[in-house]
Amino acid sequence: MRITVTVDGTSYTDDVEPRTLLVHHLRERLGKVGTVVGCDTSNCGACTVHLDGHSVKSCSVLAVQADGCEVTTVEGLARDGTLHPVQQAFHDNHALQCGFCTPGMIMQSIDLLADNPDPDEQAVREGIEGNLCRCTGYQNIVRAVQDAAHHMRPGAGPEAERVAGVDQATGSRAASSVGGGGE
Amino acid sequence: MIPAPFDYVAPSTVDEAVRALVDAGEDAKVIAGGQSLLPVLRMRLAAPTTLVDLGRIAELRGVREDGDALVIGSMTTHYDVQRDPLIGEHAALLARATDTVADPQVRHRGTFGGSIAHADPAGDLLAPALALDAEMLVAGPAGRRTVPAADFFDDFFTTAMSPEEILVEVRVPKHTGWHAHYEKFNRVAQAWSMVAVAATVRTEGGTIAEARVGLTNMASVPVRARGVEQALVGQAATPETIRAAAEHAAEGTNPTVDGNADVEYRQQLARVLTGRAISAAMAG
Amino acid sequence: MTSTAEPEVGRARLRKEDARLITGRTRWTDNMSLPGMVHLAVLRSTEAHAKIVSIDTSAAKEMPGVIAVLTGDDLDPGGQLGMPCAWPISPDMKSPRRPVLAQGQVNFAGEGVAVVVARSAAEAEDALASIDVEYDELPVVLGMENALAEDAPLVHEELGTNRNALWVFDSGEAGSGGDVEQAISEAEVVVKRRFRQQRLVPAFMEPRSCVVDPTAAQLTMWSATQVPHILKTMAALTLGIPEHKLRVIAPDVGGGFGGKIAVLPEEIMALLVAQKLGKPVKWTESRSESMVAAHHGRDQIQDLTIAARRDGTVTGLKVELLADMGAYLGLVGPGVPILGAFMFNAIYKIPAYHFACTNVFTNTTLTDAYRGAGRPEATFGIERIMDELAAELGMEPLELREKNWIKHEEFPYTTVSTLTYDSGNYEAATEKAKQLFDYDGLRREQRERRERGDPVQLGIGISTFTEMCGLAPSRVLGSLDYGAGGWEHSAIRMLPTGKVEVITGSSAHGQGHETAWSQIVSDQLGIPFEDIEVLHGDTQSSHKGLDTYGSRSLAVGGIAVVKAAEKVVAKAKPLAAHMMECSEDDLEFAGGKFTVRGTDKSTTIQDVAFAAFMAHDLPEGMEPSLDAEAVFDPENFSFPHGTHLCAAEVDTETGRVALRSYVCVDDVGSVVNPLIVEGQIHGGLAQGIAQALFEEAVHDESGTLTSGTFADYLLPSAADLPSFTTDRTETPSTTNPLGVKGVGEAGTIASTPAVVNAVIDAVRHFGVNDIEMPLTPMRVWQAIRTGASAAGGPGAEAGGGLGSIDSAQGGAR
Repeated sequence: MRITVTVDGTSYTDDVEPRTLLVHHLRERLGKVGTVVGCDTSNCGACTVHLDGHSVKSCSVLAVQADGCEVTTVEGLARDGTLHPVQQAFHDNHALQCGFCTPGMIMQSIDLLADNPDPDEQAVREGIEGNLCRCTGYQNIVRAVQDAAHHMRPGAGPEAERVAGVDQATGSRAASSVGGGGE
Repeated sequence: MIPAPFDYVAPSTVDEAVRALVDAGEDAKVIAGGQSLLPVLRMRLAAPTTLVDLGRIAELRGVREDGDALVIGSMTTHYDVQRDPLIGEHAALLARATDTVADPQVRHRGTFGGSIAHADPAGDLLAPALALDAEMLVAGPAGRRTVPAADFFDDFFTTAMSPEEILVEVRVPKHTGWHAHYEKFNRVAQAWSMVAVAATVRTEGGTIAEARVGLTNMASVPVRARGVEQALVGQAATPETIRAAAEHAAEGTNPTVDGNADVEYRQQLARVLTGRAISAAMAG
Repeated sequence: MTSTAEPEVGRARLRKEDARLITGRTRWTDNMSLPGMVHLAVLRSTEAHAKIVSIDTSAAKEMPGVIAVLTGDDLDPGGQLGMPCAWPISPDMKSPRRPVLAQGQVNFAGEGVAVVVARSAAEAEDALASIDVEYDELPVVLGMENALAEDAPLVHEELGTNRNALWVFDSGEAGSGGDVEQAISEAEVVVKRRFRQQRLVPAFMEPRSCVVDPTAAQLTMWSATQVPHILKTMAALTLGIPEHKLRVIAPDVGGGFGGKIAVLPEEIMALLVAQKLGKPVKWTESRSESMVAAHHGRDQIQDLTIAARRDGTVTGLKVELLADMGAYLGLVGPGVPILGAFMFNAIYKIPAYHFACTNVFTNTTLTDAYRGAGRPEATFGIERIMDELAAELGMEPLELREKNWIKHEEFPYTTVSTLTYDSGNYEAATEKAKQLFDYDGLRREQRERRERGDPVQLGIGISTFTEMCGLAPSRVLGSLDYGAGGWEHSAIRMLPTGKVEVITGSSAHGQGHETAWSQIVSDQLGIPFEDIEVLHGDTQSSHKGLDTYGSRSLAVGGIAVVKAAEKVVAKAKPLAAHMMECSEDDLEFAGGKFTVRGTDKSTTIQDVAFAAFMAHDLPEGMEPSLDAEAVFDPENFSFPHGTHLCAAEVDTETGRVALRSYVCVDDVGSVVNPLIVEGQIHGGLAQGIAQALFEEAVHDESGTLTSGTFADYLLPSAADLPSFTTDRTETPSTTNPLGVKGVGEAGTIASTPAVVNAVIDAVRHFGVNDIEMPLTPMRVWQAIRTGASAAGGPGAEAGGGLGSIDSAQGGAR
């Protein structure tokens, strides 16, 4: 099947087998190897990307289902060499060790903050419950997400204004745009 | 792991979808949100020849009012159910149960109807649908028909739908102003329910006027805890009456045994969680 | 950098590694793609024990995209190849050959039976179903006691036994203590317990993967491994590849935890197939494959007997272990439980000690190192039985520990198991932990809850632990018959522009060596942190090393870095003196500058490096280079210690355990980077807590792993863990120049008994004195209800994971 998917701001048209998972399409056809596969059962969340503005596990979406959609991966977050505030917060708070879960964690954290710009600890923990990390014990990840929330808060300074994206009037949101992610 | 090859069709109407199912024969499978199906296909526990994707049928999405009921399109995502103002007002039990389904990413893709049609007894939306006396509208080659929730779930992963039918929408009688809570018990946050209890209660003055209680994973199908409901009606909602009523929760249940729980333990959980669900509903 | 600048060592430097990891610019092995590359998929045995009657690959060979389908006999017609085990713990240890792919017989469910080579990974996977294997079932050997029974069927008929080895240490015989039987017979109090260390899956997040390129000048293998150097040497030996013709690269590696200390059949397969076809080959496992084929950890039955006086003085400890090896021996598998031999006596002065470990074969996935490797098991055993002894004596468990532990003024202290602990301060760590925890307040609340019969009971668990890190002095490894030394290598390249490349034989996979080593070198040479690049994990650049495991990187590899830096300074000094026309004796080196004592005349080490590069004017006989290398072999282990306190709430109606608070005060000696240390502790705690509450690899009666996915093998998510309160005391190690001890395993080792002790403490008044791990809600509830230790039972199985997905009804959710 021929599909067209916009990934990190670039439109790609490809012939794919219907059985091709979105994550394999990203990695093997488009070279977006920043997004990784950690399990077979959609438990680990390492493959999390944004599909039309919402976080999904790209191992549980067929590439053909993404036809006509916009995908943002961890590779599409930084703009003009400046890290997304969530990426920056992961670095600042030592929220990663081996880094394998990190792309998925970051993508899910951005989604979480789009829904809840000021989550308490419990809300962060529940918001990333679909992402497994074996290195950090999660404590610094939780800290990083709350730190990012602080920096992304309206009025937090020029750095945060860059990424304000929630449409206050309608309440509608697109996770990646809140995070300043490449769509 | 990569699924075995299959053909894929993405019809844009319900009729086309039914036709596609008929055309593809018995090894076709419907894909809704795909959040249960795709892991199964990746593990090659199933290998359908054709997938019929309901994702492009606009008619199947959304929630609307229809007199004294809400109508929930089968392809409405969990995420949308959680946030839908109509559901929040008239069927809060569904929203609370949906909050507990899997994890945020899965809730973005997974659908209300997909969950119902999958009919996993550990799924969190079956017991609330049963407790709320929902009705399923299904479409097949012979047209459309309505099946009450009480008649819909036949067995593990088995419903009253034929392989050529699809779930179009679910009609849920309004339970406006009812207290509701879904009490879920599992070992880790993203796991399926070991046992869960869906409870919704209407009070008049300090007295329980009506109560509906459904149990998740206490049999091969969702179970209505009628004994609990009867024991609650007409009572003042005190800790004592709730505890006494909850003692009936395991009556007539026939839970499966797995690594996490045997029958006795599941029945204990049913009683304890029922008490907690009702108390939490009243408190909320 | 000036000489007054704040030292780098001790600073909470943000990691250099992060830049690529947070932006997706990573080099995981599976990211690698080479021209003409083909893909491997391994058919795995569905049987745990069976003769292979036949393997028919003809249909699979006809499948689209398939290039070859190979069996063990195809790859190794002579049946000569065996996967290496580098730790024969006793001269008479039984060591079955582990073929690359099963030949004639399969011995665990998951063992490789055939390999498909295809143009794409999907086509390789498709062809697996077309391979027809006929098995003739053999009786399945499961459970160590079953395996050792008189008439038990044998995993390996040719060995004549399921007993792999017996390893004994006895303090009476060793002369390091008294006779334990005498201590027990004369004791005022004797407590015996049997504890079970359930089988665990290391569950690194990155599935294993390797790529072999036979078209490069050297046969090159990328692998998601912790041990590229060991892999290179072992693969060369196993296949007879001249070692200098093989290059191994561990690129970005997504966690290991011991689970990637291995030489894999799949790596050997990939080398063979790539050479055979002359094409690059890739193998990447799925998670399901990883669960059955990657080695497991733990799996011991521990019988402990502790003897004491009524006043709480411990007089003897006897430890009898059974350790499940699985079906074959892993790279260091047989030695893993033996590492525990030195740790059961822990921080205590125990006058008589006996340790005996019987390693057993069963028809299961092999076991090998998993974070802590032998030491968590030992710490669990001793810390659990100390609580049991305290209960028996009616003593406060902290007091019992204090009565028996080594006092800070007694260091260095030689233990009954013959190790010399160089330093420690158990009093200080414990006092700090008690304060942070509000020990007395929680004890008060515990009493109150108990008195009012609260449905939620509170328990307090203690774990005062030590561990042996910095593996290891080579002479000690030699005495344990380990197949390698314990040194580490480092080299420093002083580049002409003043920048520095540091080469290390440690191979990091998340530990932050690039950052920590930069800090060390920055202080040693006075070079800015940013001007230092750390090279590792490629045997071409980092040619010598013994890799990363056993909390050894800093305490051994880090010291090698210091030694190499010292050599650089020593080489630079004559040149600096030459440049400044003074005597070497007049020079002092600090903050990156050689200064002529008593003057303001100085030159930077960067200038000296440039002068060496130019080589126009060197002292007589000096080689034109400041580069240096060093190999460091530690004189002793290091001994981190700490006090961990856990408060657990137990819902007596459901059996659910909730961790109310977790405080740990660890003493890992001097700290290079407190941020990294804290992160290591956090992650270690999570894994140790997960053993206590969540994780277990379970085989059904046919030997099938029923917890074979992440839906069934329960790794905790963020929502399942609390925040931890971590703090430190700092008692420097006296056996290395940095005073460091190692931190990689501390959290895992200490936390498991702290959690279990807390839960038992919460429900002891119901008559409960043990609950088997993991402490599932059902087990806890049953223990409370029956007032007894709840062992095994249905809770010992996995389940619930994918709903009831294996009925394959599919559908959608």
